[in-house]
Amino acid sequence: MNTFGDPTIWLPFVFAGLMGLSILIYVVLDGFDLGVGVLFPFAEEDEKDMMIATIGPFWDANETWLVLAVGLLLVAFPAAHGAILTALYLPVAIMLVGLILRGVAFEFRAKAPAPHKRLWNNAFFAGSLMTSLSQGFMLGMYIMGLEWTLVNAAFSLLTAVFLTVGYSFIGATWVIHKTDGALQAKSVDWAKGGIWGLVLGIGLVSMATPLVSTRIFDKWFSWPEALLLSPLPILSALLVFALWWMLRRMPFTHDRVSWLPFAAASSLWVMAFIGMAYSFYPYVVPEQLTIYEAASAPESLFIILIGTLFVLPTILAYTVLAYTVFRGKATELRYD
Amino acid sequence: MMETLLLSRIQFAANISFHILFPTITIALGWVLLFFKIRYNQTGQDRWMEAYRFWVKIFALSFAMGVVSGITMSFQFGTNWPGFMEKVGNIAGPLLAYEIMTAFFLEAVFLGIMLFGFRRVPNWVHTGATFLVAFGTLMSTFWIIVLNSWMHTPQGFEMRDGVAHATDWFAIIFNPSMPYRFTHMVLASFLTVSFLIAGVSAFRWLIGGRTEGVRVALKTAVFGAALLMPVQIFVGDMHGLNTKEFQPAKVAAMEGHWETGGNVPLILFALPDQEARENHFEIGIPNLASFILTHEWDGVVQGLNDFVAEDGTILHPRVAPVFWSFRVMIGTGVAMLLLSWAASFMMLRRKRGVEGLPKPVLYALVGMSFSGWLATLAGWYTTEIGRQPWLVQGVMTTAEAVADVPAPMVLSTLIAYLVVYALLLSAYIYVIFYLARKMSRGEDIGTRIAPAPAAAPNAIPAE
Ligand code: HDD
Ligand code: HEM
Ligand code: HEM
Repeated sequence: MNTFGDPTIWLPFVFAGLMGLSILIYVVLDGFDLGVGVLFPFAEEDEKDMMIATIGPFWDANETWLVLAVGLLLVAFPAAHGAILTALYLPVAIMLVGLILRGVAFEFRAKAPAPHKRLWNNAFFAGSLMTSLSQGFMLGMYIMGLEWTLVNAAFSLLTAVFLTVGYSFIGATWVIHKTDGALQAKSVDWAKGGIWGLVLGIGLVSMATPLVSTRIFDKWFSWPEALLLSPLPILSALLVFALWWMLRRMPFTHDRVSWLPFAAASSLWVMAFIGMAYSFYPYVVPEQLTIYEAASAPESLFIILIGTLFVLPTILAYTVLAYTVFRGKATELRYD
Repeated sequence: MMETLLLSRIQFAANISFHILFPTITIALGWVLLFFKIRYNQTGQDRWMEAYRFWVKIFALSFAMGVVSGITMSFQFGTNWPGFMEKVGNIAGPLLAYEIMTAFFLEAVFLGIMLFGFRRVPNWVHTGATFLVAFGTLMSTFWIIVLNSWMHTPQGFEMRDGVAHATDWFAIIFNPSMPYRFTHMVLASFLTVSFLIAGVSAFRWLIGGRTEGVRVALKTAVFGAALLMPVQIFVGDMHGLNTKEFQPAKVAAMEGHWETGGNVPLILFALPDQEARENHFEIGIPNLASFILTHEWDGVVQGLNDFVAEDGTILHPRVAPVFWSFRVMIGTGVAMLLLSWAASFMMLRRKRGVEGLPKPVLYALVGMSFSGWLATLAGWYTTEIGRQPWLVQGVMTTAEAVADVPAPMVLSTLIAYLVVYALLLSAYIYVIFYLARKMSRGEDIGTRIAPAPAAAPNAIPAE
C-alpha cells in the first residue's frame, strides 16, 4: 500500500472528503424536501397535494444520503461518531422523531380516510420542522465545540431558525422549478421572503466561526490565505444578488430557466459548505479530535474504499436516472 | 450507570423490534409483487394486476415505516452504544458501509420508479425496477445478518490493543451461523408476508369483496405458506444445532435443562426458577430433547449448571425470557403449519379453490394475519437475549458498550419513541384493513398520491 504514500494520512483525508460530499448532497437534496414540508402551512389544501407530488419520488433516496453521511462517520471515525452523537443526544432524538413523522406522513396522508388527512398533513409539517430545527441546532452546537453552555445553546437556537429558513428557501426554489401557475407564483414570493433570512444566517455563521477559535480566525485572516479564499465570499455575494434579481422578475416568459433559482441556491450551499469545511479541517470533533486521530484501521478503510470506488458512481448514475424519469413539471403521482 | 444500561437496552430493543416488523414484510413482499407483475406480463390477466395494485400500496407504506425506523437504528450506535464501534468498528464498519452502498441506495432510488413510474417508463423498466427493489431488500438483509451473526459467532479477526482488527474477510462474512440465520430470516419474512396476504384476503373475502384478484392472492399466499413452513422447521432445527455448537449456554436456556445428562425430555411447559435453579410445573415428552439435539434417543445434553463459574458467577443468559420466547416462536410455527396445510387441503380437494374454505378457516386466517410478526420477534428475542451478557460473544459485553448518557435523558427519549411507535403501529394496521374494506366496497382506493395540477402546459405526457 505504501506505493500510495502513507495510508494513515491519505485514507482519513479521502474519507473526510467522502463524508463531506455526502453531507453536502444531503443538505441540498433533503434540504429541498424538508423545506417543502416547512412551507406546508402557507399553502392551500390542493396546493399541498401538488407540493407532495414534487418530492414524492425523491425523498427516500434523499434521506439515504444522511444515512451514508452518518454511516461514514461511524465507519471511518468511530471515536468521533460516539463523541459527537452522545453530545448531541437530545437534538438527535428530536430529529429522528421528526424524520419518522414526516416519512410516514407521505404514505398515510394518501391512504388514511379523508378526515385523517389533515392530521397527517400536520404531522408532515411538524416532522419537517422538527428535523430542520434540530439539524440547525446541531450545526450551531458543532460550531461552538459541542459544549452545553447557555451562550452556545442560544447561538444554536439562532442557527436552528436560520437553517430552517435556508431549507424553506431551497424548498421554494424547487417548487418554482416543478410547478407553474398560482403555486409557482406563490413559491416565488416565499423565496423572496426567505432570501433575507438566508443572507442573515450565512453571515452569522461566517462571523461566529472565526470568533469561536483563534485557529480558525488565523486560517481566514492571514496572508495569502485571505486572498486565495476571497472568491468564496465574492461568489456568494454575486449569487445572492443574482437570486434577488431573478426572483423579482420570475416567472419568465414560457417559464424559461425555472431551474435557475434552485441551481443558484444549491451553489450557495456549496460555497457555505466549502467555507465550513475549510474552517474545521483537520478536526472532526472541533478542537478536540482530528480526522487522523479518529480514523479506523487502514485495512478496514481500504476495504470500504474499494467498494466505494465502484459503487458511488453507480449510485450517482441511477440517481440521475431517477431525476430524469421524473423530470419536468410535477404531475399526479399514481401507482399504476 | 446501571439504570442507563437497562434503559438503553430497553430502548434499543424497542427500536429494533419496531424496525424489524417492516423489513420482515418488505423483504418478501417485494418478491411477491415481482411475481404478480411477471404473471401479469405473461398472462395479461387483470387479476394479477389487481393483486399487484393493492399490495404495492401496503408495500409502499411498509417501506416508509422501515426506512424511518432504520434511520433511527443507524443513529443508535452512536447515541447509546459508542463502545461498540470503538471496539469492533473495524469489522462492523465495513459491513454497515456495504449495506448502505449496495442496498439502501438501490432500494431507495428504484422505489420511486417502481411506485410512480408505471406510466413514465417502458413496462420492462418498471418490472426491472421492481426486481431491483426486491433485490435491494435482500441485500440489506444479507449485510445486516452478516453483522449480527458475526456478533454471535465472531471469526476472522484478532485483538490488538483492545480493538478488533479484521484478518480474514471471508471468514468474517461467512461466519458459522450466518448461512442458517440468513436463510431462517428470509423464510420468516416470506411466511410473515404469506400470512399477512392470506389474512387480509380472507378478510376481504368474508366481507364480500370476492374478486379474482383476492382469489389469486389468497391462493398464492396459502400454498406458499404450506410449502415454506416445513422448510422453515428444517432450517430452524439446523440453526439450533449450529447454536448448540457455538453458544451452548443459549441452547441450555432455550431447553430449560439445569443438569447435564442423557435421556433428556423435551419440555413443553415449565416455569424456570433461576434462584432455585429448577423448573416448576414441568410437562415434557420423554427423551425428545436428546433426540432433537443429538439425533440419539439417549444423547447427553449440557445443562445450565455447567455455566456457573467456581465463584458462583452465572455465565448463562436469564433463563425464563429465552425459554418462553423460544416456545412462542415454535408454537406459532406449529400453528402456521397446521392452518396452512388444512387450508391447502380444503382448496385442493375436488379443486374447489377458495370456495372450499369454510368460515372458521377464513376467520382463523384473519386472526393469524400478523402471526409472522409474533414468531419473528419471539425468534429474535430468543437469539439476542440468549447471547447476553455478551454483545459480541466472548469479545465484549453489553455493559462495556453503553454510552455515558444520564438515565433521565434516555428515559425521556424512550418514552417519546414508545408513544410514537404505538401510534404508528395502530395507524398502520388500521390503514391496511381500511384499504381492504374500501376495496371490497368497490371504491377507488386512491391509486393517486396527489392529483394532477390544474394546468400543466409543459408537463411531460402521462403515457
Ligand atoms: C415466521 C417466523 C419464524 C418461524 C415460524 C420460526 N422461526 Fe425460528 N427464528 C425466527 C423466525 C421464525 C427469526 C426471527 O428469523 C430468528 C431470530 C434470529 C434468526 O436467525 O432467526 C429465529 C431464531 C431461531 C433459533 C435461534 C437461533 C440462535 O440460536 O441464534 C432457533 C433454534 C430457531 N429459530 C428454530 C426454529 C424452529 C425449530 C422453528 C419451527 C417451528 C422455527 N424456528 C420457526
Ligand atoms: C431484527 C431483529 C432483532 C431484534 C428483534 C433484536 C432484539 C434485541 C433485543 C430484545 C435485545 C436486548 C437483549 C437484552 O438486552 O437482553 C437486543 C440486543 C442487541 N442487539 Fe439485537 N435484535 C435484532 C437484530 C439485531 C441486529 C441485526 C443487530 C446488529 C446489527 C443487533 C444488535 C444488537 C445489539 C448491539 C444489542 C445490544 C444492546 C442490548 O443489549 O440491548 N440486533 N436485540
Ligand atoms: C442494528 C441493526 C440495523 C440497522 C442499523 C438498520 C438500518 C437501516 C436503515 C438506515 C434503513 C433505511 C434505509 C433507507 O434509507 O432506504 C433500513 C432499512 C431496511 N432494513 Fe434495517 N437496520 C437494522 C436491522 C435490520 C434487520 C435485522 C433487518 C432484516 C433482517 C433489516 C432489513 C432492512 C431492510 C430490508 C430495509 C429496507 C427498507 C424497508 O424494507 O423498510 N434491518 N435499515
